[in-house]
Amino acid sequence: MSFEMGKYDVIVVGGGHAGVEASLAAARLGCKTAMFTISLDQIANLPCNPSIGGTAKGHLVREIDALGGEMGRAADACLIQSRMLNRGKGPAVHSLRAQADRVKYHNYMKRVCELQENLDIKQAEIKEIIVENDVVKGVITSLGAIYYAKTVIISTGTYLRSTIHIGESSYDSGPDAALPAKGLDECLKKHGIELRRFKTGTPCRAHRRSIDFSVLEEQKGDDDIVPFSFETDKSTIKNLVSCYTAYTNEETHRIIKENLHRSPMYSGRIEGIGPRYCPSIEDKVVRFADKERHQIFVEPMGLDTDECYLQGISTSLPEDVQIKFLRTVKGFENIEIMRPAYAIEYECCDPTQLRSTLEFKTIRGLFGAGQFNGTSGYEEAAAQGLVAGINAANLVLGREMLILDRASSYIGTLIDDLVIKGCQDPYRMMTSRSEYRLILRQDNADQRLMPIGYKIGLVSEERYNRLQQKIEEIEQELKRVNRLNIAPSKELNKFLIEKGTSPLSTGCKLSDLIRRPQLDYSTLSQFDVEREEHSDEVCEQINLRIKYDGYIKKQLDHIEYMRKFESKLLPHDLDYTQIRGLRLEAIEKLNKLKPENIGQASRISGVSPADISILVVWLEQKGRQNAS
Amino acid sequence: MSTIAAISTPNAVGGISVIRISGENSIEIAEKIFRSTSGKKVAEMNGYTCAHGIVVDRDGSQIDEVILSVFKSPKSYTGEDVVEISCHGGIYITKKILRLVLESGASLAEAGEFTKRAFLNGKLSLTQAEAVIDLISASGQNEFKYAIALKDGAIFRRIDKIKSRIISVLVDLSAWADFPEDDIPEVDPDNLLKTLKDIYHELDETNKTYDYGRIIREGINTVIAGKPNVGKSTLMNCLSGFERSIVTDIAGTTRDIVEETVQLGDIKLRLSDTAGIRNTDDIVENIGVNLAFKRIYEADLVLALFDNSVELTDEDLQLIKKLSDKKVVAIINKSDEKSMIDRRVIDDNFKYVVEISAKNNDGIDRLVDAVNKMFIREDIDAEKGIIANERQKNCIVKAQSLVEQSINALEQGELLDAITVLLDEAAGYLLELTGEKVSDTVIDEVFSKFCIGK
Repeated sequence: MSFEMGKYDVIVVGGGHAGVEASLAAARLGCKTAMFTISLDQIANLPCNPSIGGTAKGHLVREIDALGGEMGRAADACLIQSRMLNRGKGPAVHSLRAQADRVKYHNYMKRVCELQENLDIKQAEIKEIIVENDVVKGVITSLGAIYYAKTVIISTGTYLRSTIHIGESSYDSGPDAALPAKGLDECLKKHGIELRRFKTGTPCRAHRRSIDFSVLEEQKGDDDIVPFSFETDKSTIKNLVSCYTAYTNEETHRIIKENLHRSPMYSGRIEGIGPRYCPSIEDKVVRFADKERHQIFVEPMGLDTDECYLQGISTSLPEDVQIKFLRTVKGFENIEIMRPAYAIEYECCDPTQLRSTLEFKTIRGLFGAGQFNGTSGYEEAAAQGLVAGINAANLVLGREMLILDRASSYIGTLIDDLVIKGCQDPYRMMTSRSEYRLILRQDNADQRLMPIGYKIGLVSEERYNRLQQKIEEIEQELKRVNRLNIAPSKELNKFLIEKGTSPLSTGCKLSDLIRRPQLDYSTLSQFDVEREEHSDEVCEQINLRIKYDGYIKKQLDHIEYMRKFESKLLPHDLDYTQIRGLRLEAIEKLNKLKPENIGQASRISGVSPADISILVVWLEQKGRQNAS
Repeated sequence: MSTIAAISTPNAVGGISVIRISGENSIEIAEKIFRSTSGKKVAEMNGYTCAHGIVVDRDGSQIDEVILSVFKSPKSYTGEDVVEISCHGGIYITKKILRLVLESGASLAEAGEFTKRAFLNGKLSLTQAEAVIDLISASGQNEFKYAIALKDGAIFRRIDKIKSRIISVLVDLSAWADFPEDDIPEVDPDNLLKTLKDIYHELDETNKTYDYGRIIREGINTVIAGKPNVGKSTLMNCLSGFERSIVTDIAGTTRDIVEETVQLGDIKLRLSDTAGIRNTDDIVENIGVNLAFKRIYEADLVLALFDNSVELTDEDLQLIKKLSDKKVVAIINKSDEKSMIDRRVIDDNFKYVVEISAKNNDGIDRLVDAVNKMFIREDIDAEKGIIANERQKNCIVKAQSLVEQSINALEQGELLDAITVLLDEAAGYLLELTGEKVSDTVIDEVFSKFCIGK
């Protein structure tokens, strides 16, 4: 028995990190939006680490913030410890990582969604997507309610036909004992969408009082906190907790090895492909047998709870083995497990079926986002959710679709990798995935993306104006510093020698001095009497822009070159067998992936430079034929 | 569009060879290697004009006397700024100039690329597009076949080994940057520097094989020089087994220079017989003499003939002077006649001296030995792989330059994220030869090498 319950512009299936960003973006852009979740209590849940950010993921959060997403503000509001990773390794790889209060984070996001105009939040399981003539029409819940919609975004995370494995036991369940989504996968397959099974896992949670912290290494937050959001006043955030490090030992490894046969990973009961960067402890012990110990980070789950997350030992071994091996760890002798570690398998799609807008190539109005697209991680999910939400709204409103290219952002790199290369295991963002990482720094995400967020309509006029002022201030000061001559003097030369660099015999530009590795913009202020007061953020930008000038120019050249190819668009309905001269392998790949443009085509493995040349000539030929 | 360059005349000995450069930096690139006789800069030249001058290498020494023509966008074949350098035709010189152009910032043109650009810039009609596609397609197929064939070769394994070393450094750097909380060994700048210097050295060694490879493949560009009647032609006939095996006429210079290829032991010589060197007022003969000196300048090897039966003449001494920095075998011919020559002068000036009697075909084996000794380099192990073509050379040179930049950056104390980007690009050039992509390769390795993860 089905019945009609409403009509929407945008329907979002799933209320995780992708679903929340997608719903908020669409609603904020004026679309009548509904977010469906199996349980309202799982909205923006953190079922794994109670943390946001990390290498490259921190970049994603700042980019989400610059585009007008919510994750950065939420992380700042719920932060209980913050660290900037990789200080001293160069600004391109500086990454923010924060411990978040898990329950507070959920409450914050749920509240933001509740308060959002145009957004309805509904607890229901979606069983079916209605598609007519390759165009999405709406959804049907497990209770038979039909909701019509112009666009639908699927962001089912790890819920789609999910199974949890602990030792010899397996049962159908979503994360944190939530109900799994059943039925939607069959419907998607019916509509021709290819699904696959991935696997991930999480370690156990233990009670704080059962851990002897006195023998563990303490890890404190940074004294000088950098917030995620460019809007957050940093004086409002403080470190409230510490994390701790413990280590496994040979005895731990012995117990794990003796019980491998009881792990569903090794018995073959789990068929899903797990993330390579997140191996289970049994994997680590087997594959890296010569390592004497593995780290375990003890992370508090929040301020109002004694649950602690034990990072580094995700496992699918049975409960009795879990407790046995944990108690061999120094400091964990009396440990009590509150939630056991588990592995979870779920259905997700092959992302090469998507366009760079995250819309399915074969079904108009149907989008995919988040772990459903084969990624892993809250930040990767949120980034895609934001893009899918924006583009669903763009489609409804008849606006130009948003495509972020690789040179614009990590978000663009992430999506480009997904739709062009696909993924063989859950995809995690890494700085090494970006060829433009000296430009795509976390410190300049606002300069790179806020103008785009403003144009879309997710960044306020006021915020945008503040950015323009900041950019103006940076450019003016750069001009001054590049022009300013510094004469040699006794004091200056004494200072230079103290810093371990050569003294001046003739005058030079201030920027030349700043470029020396031993010096920087701030330390030279005493020899720059005309300098006006600038904020820390502005000083940082000036320093980096001067120091990395050569590299930045070089990368900008690469980008300019790349964008020429990126702007040569290929028709979506192009049949590549019709183009003379392409090699067979190239035809097959191009027909399968239907790249958006020549740039994407050139990144497909199996498409050679000669094939690209032929496409370029073909495009030109076609353009001229149309013109004449 | 990047600036591209290639030799646009057939890859053979001809009167004149043309190196064509096309793209927005072509004038700037030409400027770096060209010195006009009039002192005029290339940038000051108008379209459709040419200038006489010389091409110089990085040290400023002259490579060849050339005519440089400038065509300004859009009035050129490709529609871009085009510079054409017409040089004197030898394969060696032409390739050397091309190499200089590539080192100055141009990329090697893909087959059909000039025509492709001409089409894209509206210089060719729509009906010609099909021909362009066929051209690219055919050369693409060839290149593809070539790349597959290459995978079995020693040079592939050699480049692959260097590539693996760079990737391995990148893997360490990536793991260290992307997994700062994992238990991964710190990247020690001193070790890194040492490894990078090793890699640089290996690239350099590989790079050096190019000239050697050319000698093996194409033969040693050899000139027989000496005063008239010293026995040059007799030696030539003697070496080529009385019959001239391959004779290539060189347009405009047929009068006195003959080229042919002979196999001497493990080595192939491309022999040119030159006009006799002597002072003369005869204009035609003088051209021959000048040409002989030019051939000596270009040659990889000079077989300098001296007459045993007479004292050294001014012409002999003049020749000796011209040979001061060349690879030379001094040959004392007519060993069967009474010795009148001042052996001391010869021995003082030349490392390799052999006595022969070309007429009696005597002593040729000693000459073969000497040549083989000079050119079979023990420091180059052909088994390890030799660079086979300009494309490989180009990729190696670019990778080498980037590794050099990363070494400099590291020595100046720059941070590792910048170093990583340089090495990424270096690896990219080597991977270009095998069609792989850097970031995928690095990431796959990171996961297999390190125990990473939460």
